[in-house]
Amino acid sequence: MSALQLDAEALYTELLAGVRRLLLPDVALVGVWSGGAWLAERLQRDLGLPGRHGVISSALHRDDFGSRGLAAGHDATSLPFAVDGRPILLIDDVLFTGRTIRAVINELYDFGRPSSVRLAVLVDRGGRELPIEAAYAASRIVLPAAQRLSLTRDDAGGFTFSVREAS
Amino acid sequence: MLSKRNPQLNRNGELIHLLSIEGLPRDIVTLILDTAGTFLSVNDREVKKVPLLRGKSVFNLFFENSTRTRTTFEIAAKRLSADVINLDIAKSSASKGESLLDTIANLSAMHADMFVVRHSESGAPYLIAQHCAPHVHVVNAGDGRHAHPTQGLLDMYTIRHFKKDFTQLSVAIVGDIVHSRVARSDIHALTTLGVPDIRAVGPKTLVPGDLREMGVRVCHDMAEGIRGADVIIMLRLQNERMSGAMLPSAGEFFKTFGLTPHKLALAKPDAIVMHPGPINRGVEIDSSVADGSHSVILPQVTFGIAVRMAVMSIIAGNEA
Repeated sequence: MSALQLDAEALYTELLAGVRRLLLPDVALVGVWSGGAWLAERLQRDLGLPGRHGVISSALHRDDFGSRGLAAGHDATSLPFAVDGRPILLIDDVLFTGRTIRAVINELYDFGRPSSVRLAVLVDRGGRELPIEAAYAASRIVLPAAQRLSLTRDDAGGFTFSVREAS
Repeated sequence: MLSKRNPQLNRNGELIHLLSIEGLPRDIVTLILDTAGTFLSVNDREVKKVPLLRGKSVFNLFFENSTRTRTTFEIAAKRLSADVINLDIAKSSASKGESLLDTIANLSAMHADMFVVRHSESGAPYLIAQHCAPHVHVVNAGDGRHAHPTQGLLDMYTIRHFKKDFTQLSVAIVGDIVHSRVARSDIHALTTLGVPDIRAVGPKTLVPGDLREMGVRVCHDMAEGIRGADVIIMLRLQNERMSGAMLPSAGEFFKTFGLTPHKLALAKPDAIVMHPGPINRGVEIDSSVADGSHSVILPQVTFGIAVRMAVMSIIAGNEA
């Protein structure tokens, strides 16, 4: 499947079903900023989960800080619940090298010790550089490394994928 | 040929040193304030530390004494996981006759990554920035009467926190403006952020008339100066200025320019009162105002750590 044929809305429906099967009692959804945070927000609503979803940013734990500096305009982590002892389900739009998820797990542990951490994504595009896997991926595709795949959200809340060549 | 490039910015226009707010583009000032907001929330975490400066050495070079500023820089660097080395330079190398640049060369040989510099001579941090290795970053923690950019930035963070929008504000800076690097940095920052009404308030001996050229309204009358203000920034009356002929006495100054509840009533009802500290109660500010509901002096201190974390992490991430 080429990236342009990815139907983000159809994949979201599959993600919703996949995440439903992963739900543990007392689980907290945490979306990786920014695409994962949109997904977590909608999943929280569609699954009828109580409380608010969490948002997590990789900015303060990135391993490319030395070469890329601090990401401009990044949003802060917001976890409106106690992390200690809680099963956490991370949500992201695209799983690629695994470096963002590594950073995000470090960030998560700055807030406490979760009882477990799992990951569900819309698209797993391969290319892993770390031993990190998703418990559920709505789609698995292969893309050239130079292509950047990211989720966009329109004003009505609908999802689409965009692809651009990395600069 | 001499480069006309701002020495604080690299070729891509990114911040590599913080030497002065003067000449900084508004988007960089805003980036620092936004980033500080992120770091403020680090205080709420179980682990109050992030690893951005892990393995980096920050040298606090205070050629002039300052406990508060040095401490907040030290806390900020430690929260970023840097190794912090405090050098009480005033008592060591300089007094043995070592030149500033020799001191810097020696510390660079100890693998310094960042210098936080306070110096009584205006321009000393510029000199260091020009002569240090390309990977070394410099933060001005106050130089002479020239600039105190992190204080200016934390003041802007405080104003934005309480007032949200800069473009409708009246800001009064009151007191010893002629000797104040804080006032100068505040004026540059307020101008950069689009504050339409900036007033410099104080006696003729302490408020230079040439401030008008910077777009500042000069007021030698306290009532006129703070009437309708949204923000009042009180400056410390430096005791060492008393010895000259600039002021009759501290008591006289308090009577005319000290901020009392009675004078504060002339400002907007929701005005905030700021002060860079340390405060002289009963000299420039009445105790009941310093401790009152309008005072945001202690939040300034808290915000100062987050702002310094922002500055250090932004410059450390940019290459010369």
